[in-house]
Amino acid sequence: MTRGRIRAKLRRSQLYTFACLRPHVNETEGSVQGCPRVIYCNQPHMHKKRPLKYCTNYISTTKYNFFSYFPKALFEQFNRVANIYFLIAALLSVTPLSPFSPVSMLLPLAIVVGVSMAKEALEDWRRFMQDKEVNARKVSVHVGNGVFSYKPWEKIQVGDIVKVEKDQFFPADLLFLSSSYEDGICYVETMNLDGETNLKVKRAMEATSPLNEDEAFKEFTGTVKCENPNPSLYTFVGNIEYDRELYAIDPSQILLRDSKLRNTAHVYGSVIFTGHDSKVMQNATTSPSKRSGIEKKMDKIIFILFAILVLISLISSIGFAVKINYQTPQWWYLKPKETDVYFNPVKPLVPGLAHLVTALILYGYLIPISLYVSIEIVKFLQAIFINQDISMYDDESGIPAQARTSNLNEELGQVDTILSDKTGTLTCNQMDFLKCSVAGTAYGVSPSEVELAAAKQMAIDLEEQNREIANAKHKNSGSEIELETVITSNDGNDFKRRIKGFNFEDSRLMDGNWLKEPNVDTLLLFFRILAICHTAIPELNEETGNLTYEAESPDEAAFLVAAREFGFEFYRRTQSSVFIRERYPPKGQPVEREFKILNLLDFTSKRKRMSVIVRDEDGQILLLCKGADSIIFDRLSKNGRMYEEATTKHLNEYGEAGLRTLALAYKQLDESEYSAWNSEFQKAKSSIGADREATLEHVSDMMEKDLILVGATAVEDKLQKGVPQCIDKLAQAGLKIWVLTGDKMETAINIGFACSLLRQGMKQICITALNSDSVGKAAKEAVKDNILMQITNASQMIKLERDPHAAYALIIEGKTLAYALEDDMKHHFLGLAVECASVICCRVSPKQKALVTRLVKEGTGKTTLAIGDGANDVGMIQEADIGIGISGVEGMQAVMASDFSIAQFRFLERLLVVHGHWCYKRIAQMVIIKDFPT
Amino acid sequence: MNSNAASSSTANPDAAGSPDPPAPRRSSKRPKYSKFTQQELPACKPILTPKWVILTFLVVGIAFVPIGITSLLASRDVVEIVDRYETDCIPVANRTDKVAFIQSNASKTCTRQITVTKHMKRPVYVYYQLDNFYQNHRRYVKSRNDEQLKKRSKTSETSQCEPEDTTPDGKPIVPCGLIAWSLFNDTYTFSRNKRQLTVNKNGIAWKSDRDHKFGKEVFPSNFQNGTLIGGAHLDESIPLSKQEDLIVWMRTAALPTFRKLYGKIEVDLEENDIIDVILENNYNTYSFSGKKKLVLSTTSWLGGKNDFLGIAYLTVGGLCFFLALSFTIVYLVKPRRLGDPSYLSWNRNPGGH
Repeated sequence: MTRGRIRAKLRRSQLYTFACLRPHVNETEGSVQGCPRVIYCNQPHMHKKRPLKYCTNYISTTKYNFFSYFPKALFEQFNRVANIYFLIAALLSVTPLSPFSPVSMLLPLAIVVGVSMAKEALEDWRRFMQDKEVNARKVSVHVGNGVFSYKPWEKIQVGDIVKVEKDQFFPADLLFLSSSYEDGICYVETMNLDGETNLKVKRAMEATSPLNEDEAFKEFTGTVKCENPNPSLYTFVGNIEYDRELYAIDPSQILLRDSKLRNTAHVYGSVIFTGHDSKVMQNATTSPSKRSGIEKKMDKIIFILFAILVLISLISSIGFAVKINYQTPQWWYLKPKETDVYFNPVKPLVPGLAHLVTALILYGYLIPISLYVSIEIVKFLQAIFINQDISMYDDESGIPAQARTSNLNEELGQVDTILSDKTGTLTCNQMDFLKCSVAGTAYGVSPSEVELAAAKQMAIDLEEQNREIANAKHKNSGSEIELETVITSNDGNDFKRRIKGFNFEDSRLMDGNWLKEPNVDTLLLFFRILAICHTAIPELNEETGNLTYEAESPDEAAFLVAAREFGFEFYRRTQSSVFIRERYPPKGQPVEREFKILNLLDFTSKRKRMSVIVRDEDGQILLLCKGADSIIFDRLSKNGRMYEEATTKHLNEYGEAGLRTLALAYKQLDESEYSAWNSEFQKAKSSIGADREATLEHVSDMMEKDLILVGATAVEDKLQKGVPQCIDKLAQAGLKIWVLTGDKMETAINIGFACSLLRQGMKQICITALNSDSVGKAAKEAVKDNILMQITNASQMIKLERDPHAAYALIIEGKTLAYALEDDMKHHFLGLAVECASVICCRVSPKQKALVTRLVKEGTGKTTLAIGDGANDVGMIQEADIGIGISGVEGMQAVMASDFSIAQFRFLERLLVVHGHWCYKRIAQMVIIKDFPT
Repeated sequence: MNSNAASSSTANPDAAGSPDPPAPRRSSKRPKYSKFTQQELPACKPILTPKWVILTFLVVGIAFVPIGITSLLASRDVVEIVDRYETDCIPVANRTDKVAFIQSNASKTCTRQITVTKHMKRPVYVYYQLDNFYQNHRRYVKSRNDEQLKKRSKTSETSQCEPEDTTPDGKPIVPCGLIAWSLFNDTYTFSRNKRQLTVNKNGIAWKSDRDHKFGKEVFPSNFQNGTLIGGAHLDESIPLSKQEDLIVWMRTAALPTFRKLYGKIEVDLEENDIIDVILENNYNTYSFSGKKKLVLSTTSWLGGKNDFLGIAYLTVGGLCFFLALSFTIVYLVKPRRLGDPSYLSWNRNPGGH
């Protein structure tokens, strides 16, 4: 137990303040209501009998099994109205009412149903094989006496202790008991759950974290009481009784199935939810089925045909009855006296009804059953064409395009509005450290893509000018030479060997030359902030000895790479410290420095900044902060504004060049000031209740002020290949492109220019909300009125525009959008947006993305296409008529929800303009030709 | 993703940060190239340029008009004499209740005189034409059994023949069914200048019907033995394949007005010849007020007298000429550049899209 205490000391420092560590809920809260599930850890034999018997870890995502396939699939098939109609017709055709033989009715029906059922069976078989593979994965399980042996996943039971090794998936939802780290933390990648690639920290309970050897589980027992299985990924209610003491379990101690253990040698966990009880399985939803416009129209036509059929049959049977009643008694050749059901001149109603049925079958060919078969087959082939298209195959990632549903092929040719995500879709989500401004001096000479594009445009303009001049005179050699130099310098850049995430070029800072700069102290501070102020984890690549960084955002990784290139290599992180290897070239020998991290105030989208409080080796306490420029500038002290003017100027320049900017600042603290604040902070941290977050934020706020500005960074968000050309072509094809992004307005506009969504001649309409912090109702009304006024003014302006070639771009921000999407205003907003050639929505949440998509879809009634790559685009992808997932880096979430997946945005052009066009034309022609005989 | 990250960093020693490596090439996923899968097979598609359209219409017109004229002329060449007799062949006294008369046992012989309006080349076909007789009624049309007609062994096969399938004591009727039962039984004898004109009744039915649908060994039995007599009786010693009147009758007509071949007169009839017809007016069309007509007609290479085909050809040909002409005028007066994008719907009214 003494060892445990030492470790407890180590653990006190916490890496995350806001997100991960919640104080343990009052521990006497043992018999929590709603904890009906009891689990005896390490006693799986207890779960073999009835009341405690839980489902096995065998998972099955198949729809059918061997026995249920036939009845269930048949039932599914006859859920479709058309099939039911055909079935009834076929059944009636067996009776003598039928005008023709039953085979002619039954055969096509059997083919239609048979083909669809075979397709179902094939898909289900694939799912079955996938399940089989998952169920057969091996994990090491405690079999008694501290011995662990490998078992397939499906054999795992509730209560088992499992040992999961590095880079393995968790086989079930586990209670995290201990890890290879002494202080019981582990890193988890949850890409399969939420699409985020960054690592999350989980921590074991203090009481159980010493159990970090196989032997320790010999005698371990515990009783967990927890909630019943539910789909909520981020909550967990339960407690564990261990060593006759009760501990509450919070969600950070639960390791979810399908997430992956990273950066940790192994962890031990007790199985809580198995198989279909696990949270990820509870979360599994099937994406809503979408139907194409042609199919909907065809349904309408078939309905009309059916109505005509009924009408014709009705008329003909009435005529039949009338004729039977009045004329046939005289038709001796029919022997009218000898009657039966189908012929009875005395009671014409009965044969009339019988004739109605006959007529319905007879004219049943009006409804083209073969059309359904043909359409299925044609669409299936078209999907193959899409999958096989070599020009939509991405050589780099080796991913071909994939039509995940064949229902919507022809809808691709009908797209009117494209709603696109930015990060990962238009851009690579790869950040390159490009420029920085330190102490009011701008460093970094390499041009950004936006600048390159502008330069190219200028070069083209120049060329045109040249030609004109050349036509007039002879030649203007001067500008030719200039042009050439521009081009060659660009080429030179491309050939240089690139370091990923670092595209900085300035001899003043590189290779230790910064020591010769006038502001050495500030530069040193700048580099240290880059190297220290983050939450990344270094990972040593054993083969090359190089470090890679697992960071929450690519920006951070870019900063760390930049810091490393400047000579400040972050190489190790412990719970309490960050270790930096500083290299000053003149001396040559790297100096290893340890910075004790006292507090870490992490980044949230609300705070838009993060800070660390560190104690350096001299015992000096520093607060290092980085964040959005506007936020940082608000928090500068009076004497910290030395470089504000110059930095602002640089920031604006960077913004224009399409770069992401962050401002860096610091502050020195003295011991007493810090300890006073820290006690308050710790109090806030350990408080319980709803206002804990607010208190914490308030306390952090108190600390993050009176900062001294150091400088700013500019990171380039790289555009994907071919995006501007693709957007250009799509715009030429008359499609409207909306960009919905979480970025701020300036960045979004920059990217808009970079990918030729915005052009120089376009008139920009920016709609922003009044900046009012007051929450009163009146204030809200005022904001709303103001937005409405902006919208109506803009609409008015467009209406009054005389020039038919004038193009407008609408730029709207998330906060404003929230108002604009309210019921009473959304139609004004839509009306304006439809008039504009491009629309950019910045700072939008995933929910808003889906709402905007729905607004466009329902408001305009035209086909919308949503394209995105991350988990945050799933709502939008499912909401749109066609959802396209980019099978790129941000996990498979978007692809799983999508109807088509492509590897790169630029393939959208071919998918829409070529395949969509062809599919639509071909299907439409086939429907017409097929409908013609009827 | 993780494995990619690891493998990539070997290739890219300085790589760091986000896991976005150039993944190892998985060439197995690369779609295979073939002209079919890449949709590069050669194809051609006609573009309807004005010249093509006008030319096509012109060619169709040129082809159709002469065809129309020829077929019309052929149809005009056919000589057709129609004599309606169902009322005239009832004695004036009985005309108030024709049904009673036709059902009585009185003599129904009747003589008619037909004047030949134009020279008729042999063979002259003799038809009877019924009106308002629904041979296409479902109850009627189904009321036969083809198996029974074909094979002797299937004599007792009378399904579908209701209500004329068996005699009251259960013996099968051959041929069964309403169609056979209601066989037409008016007879005609022709004479010219007191000299009998023979009517050849051989070969009036389809050859395939005679050879394959009506058996050589099937003889009528129990036919028209019931209380209600429908139409003609059949000679029980002659096999069905020789009963050509029956065969003709049993090829049911699709419309309520129809002609059926009665026989052929194998001599030429001269203009103004007077043909005397002695007919037995037995068949009851009076209860459903149907007409009966006797038709003498020659044929041309196009068949009987029918102007429809010629008129149809002439109409379509004329329309094509007209269209060709009007397109030419439009093309000459207001020509339009081919493939002009400004005519596209979204270009026609700028901004209104």
